[in-house]
Amino acid sequence: MSSTFDTIANIITETCDIPRDTITPESHAINDLGIDSLDFLDIAFAIDKAFGIKMPLEQWTQEVNDGKATTDQYFVLKNLSARIDELVAAKSA
Amino acid sequence: MRLEYFLLVDRVISQDLAARTICCEATVPTESTVFEGHFPGFPLMPGVLLIETMAQASGWLLVAANKFQRMPFLAAVKEAKLRAFVMPGQRLTIDAKVTHDGSGYAMTDASISCDGKLVCNATITFRVVRFPNPDFAAEMRRRAVTVGLLSSEALADG
Repeated sequence: MSSTFDTIANIITETCDIPRDTITPESHAINDLGIDSLDFLDIAFAIDKAFGIKMPLEQWTQEVNDGKATTDQYFVLKNLSARIDELVAAKSA
Repeated sequence: MRLEYFLLVDRVISQDLAARTICCEATVPTESTVFEGHFPGFPLMPGVLLIETMAQASGWLLVAANKFQRMPFLAAVKEAKLRAFVMPGQRLTIDAKVTHDGSGYAMTDASISCDGKLVCNATITFRVVRFPNPDFAAEMRRRAVTVGLLSSEALADG
């Protein structure tokens, strides 16, 4: 069974044509991989489907805009993976 | 349909918010300045306007599903297939279904048929955001009455 990070990385590769070997847990989806907001909608859709969750993109964006969080907290892939694991765990609880 | 004004849905025939579906109808006008260019001597409903028609039907469904608090804006169109010519005067049936309700975005599958024959379909993505201003929201509610999505009583009730 692949890890959350692997699943996300594969989704990014398939959605954005980004070579899989350039995607690491330290990659920032926006700053390093150059994924724009429209492409991120496709990624969010695939993640929602893959994990059976509703990734709270609006809430995250609001927190970043309000200065309550940094984009690193949500868009560095190891952090994104952790957030998704939390959402999956919360759904199962 | 009033092509020049981008008012492409004439009437909502049915909506089912539980099933996340809507069915609308529209009649292509027999005359329009659009047909002067598209095409001279062979008036044809532009494919981009058919796609917009599917987006507007989807949009009415999404705006109703969000209780007129949020507005869907077209973000992406995938797998759009224009399968047959659509001519002036033809009556169209537009169906849409929300296939995914994400955080701040939604996706629909939409199609248009004419005389029971599928003429086009697409998968459409929308950003769904709060109305940028109250006047816009109020105008959309008024238009929703015009197309039969909202009753006059519901409009009066706010």
